[in-house]
Amino acid sequence: MIDVAAPFLEATVRTATPLALAALGEMVAERAGVINIGVEGAIIAGAFGALVGAGAAGLGAGFALAIVAGCLVSMVFAVFVVALRADQIITGAAVTLLGLGLTGVLYRTMYGASGAALSIPTTGVLVIPVISELPWVGRALFAQPVTTYLLYALTPALAWWLYRTHAGLALRAVGESPDAARAAGVRPDRIRVAAMLFGGALAGLAGATLVLAQAGTFAEGMSAGRGFIAIAVVALGSWSPWRTLLAAVLFGAGFATQTLLQALGWDVPYQIFLALPYLLALAALAGAAGRARAPAALGRSN
Amino acid sequence: MRGPAGRRSPVHELAATVVPALALLVVLVVAILVITSLAGGYDAVAVMRAFWRGSFGSSDALLSSTLVRATPLILAGLAVAFAFRAGILNIGAEGQILAGAAAATTVALTLADRPAALVITAALVAGAAGGAAWALLPAILLRWFGVLDVISTIMMNFVALHGVGYLVRGPLQEVLGIYPQSSTLPDAVHLPMMVPGTRLHLGFALALVVSIALAVILRSTAAGFRIRVTGENPFAARIAGGIDVQRTGMRVFLMSGAIAGLAGAIEVLGVTFALYENLSPGFGYTAIAVALLGALDPVRVMLSGIFFGALEAGAGAMQRDAGVPSVLVSVIQAMIILGLLATAWWRAKRAAAPPPVPGASEGERLDEATAG
Repeated sequence: MIDVAAPFLEATVRTATPLALAALGEMVAERAGVINIGVEGAIIAGAFGALVGAGAAGLGAGFALAIVAGCLVSMVFAVFVVALRADQIITGAAVTLLGLGLTGVLYRTMYGASGAALSIPTTGVLVIPVISELPWVGRALFAQPVTTYLLYALTPALAWWLYRTHAGLALRAVGESPDAARAAGVRPDRIRVAAMLFGGALAGLAGATLVLAQAGTFAEGMSAGRGFIAIAVVALGSWSPWRTLLAAVLFGAGFATQTLLQALGWDVPYQIFLALPYLLALAALAGAAGRARAPAALGRSN
Repeated sequence: MRGPAGRRSPVHELAATVVPALALLVVLVVAILVITSLAGGYDAVAVMRAFWRGSFGSSDALLSSTLVRATPLILAGLAVAFAFRAGILNIGAEGQILAGAAAATTVALTLADRPAALVITAALVAGAAGGAAWALLPAILLRWFGVLDVISTIMMNFVALHGVGYLVRGPLQEVLGIYPQSSTLPDAVHLPMMVPGTRLHLGFALALVVSIALAVILRSTAAGFRIRVTGENPFAARIAGGIDVQRTGMRVFLMSGAIAGLAGAIEVLGVTFALYENLSPGFGYTAIAVALLGALDPVRVMLSGIFFGALEAGAGAMQRDAGVPSVLVSVIQAMIILGLLATAWWRAKRAAAPPPVPGASEGERLDEATAG
């Protein structure tokens, strides 16, 4: 049993990592009242940035350029949503198209249509001694790329920041009622822009994880809808850091089940497990009206 | 300007707004093509020529590529525009297209040996019903649970994708059981061609009919009035108009789903002839751009759908003949949406500014009169 379960858990955490990164960033933006369906564009931009950076100057540059690229895409979104008061959904859709299109065109013009065998440095897994020997969960939790460990630090930090600091309170206030927040001396626009940039940076890191820690290369459209999944993760995670992390793991488990069932040779329709997290998220939104409640000002331009 | 005396006919209004918009669009597309050609080292003239050849350059390109590609874009664009008009953010056209395609395929394969006209009609109705069914859950969640339509429809898109993934590997898989797709529909139940010798099927005519029907509903019926008021000011609609905003929204949501579902059914019966996962290359997302460029007006959405159809058809030829990646279309689409948003902002800003000339306009004099 354990020889099947351990790889399953490992795959779960591996798949969950980019989802959790993007979702935590989106969660912060949504708590500030901004729903950014342009995350997909920021993730693919991050992935492409990681390819260019790592190809030119190594891993560090790869991660750095991924963050910059994610932020740039979010900046376009922020300018339209905050300065031009444009609709968030429409802008987000445009930004996603922009990210997917630009990276595709740049990739083909820079690296040729064939995509040639690209050799870029990858992070590989960082095995933490002793605790990675734990049965069942050892390798799943402690033999992962460095971005997974970032999540272990980021989630509690975000939970603390959001609920225990004045800045976190201000952010949540902007998401619930920008007018009330403004009256209390908070500047909603500034906070929203900062939140969007934070979301863009994490989406960029999610893209970098795909390229530098998982695929080892770039492919057009490799974000494969993860930006949209991240929005579902945030909803299932009821806009809280810990539950968002947990929700990402659940989505990861849904994907890993596919491989598990194939490994076991069971003829079960695995699509049920792929679709299940979305249905759970819808149920959570409908049922627990008190708990899984979206920030009141979510999606409003003013 | 808009008073009874100065009212322009719809045709004039259309011409006045469409012609300058089209000119701007053509400039934008040409500019992006030239910039890409220069940056990527392609032959700009060859790129442009390939683009033209693939989209409008010949009757075959127009009928078999542009208009065929435009059909699902028009219908999905109408679905999005219709919902947006009532203030419903239906981002779920993609899932509703898939649900409609799955329902139509099931019906067409089950009834295959009945009279063709019956099978086709039943499949189209099933497609619309499938799309509406896919919109039902988000509509219920919005009306009774206050779940954001954006979030629920995005999730339903993924559920539809995995649902079709199951169908084409399970109950609907082709007889040999090798490929993840349904059996091919028998020739008899394919949509008839509008122009013999081309690939232009009857679905295009259906798209035109739907767009005109929606235009009439929105402009000249009581239901259309309720929809417009609900979208523009739900509060006033409820308080002053006595309109059941919730019920109006729910009906529009279902109808929007039905239109998208019809798009899926038509795509299966007229183009792909089988169900598979990648049936829709993002029609439901492009539809947002189509609806916006059409200013959410059904007739203009139809024209905008043809424009986007030409864009995608031209881009295909551009990639084949000139080597420029066709994903460039996404960049053009994004630029169009962002350009429209920026224009809307600029106009609103100008409208909000005090009039530059003394002598206020008619509306303001009226305001002063009532205020005084």
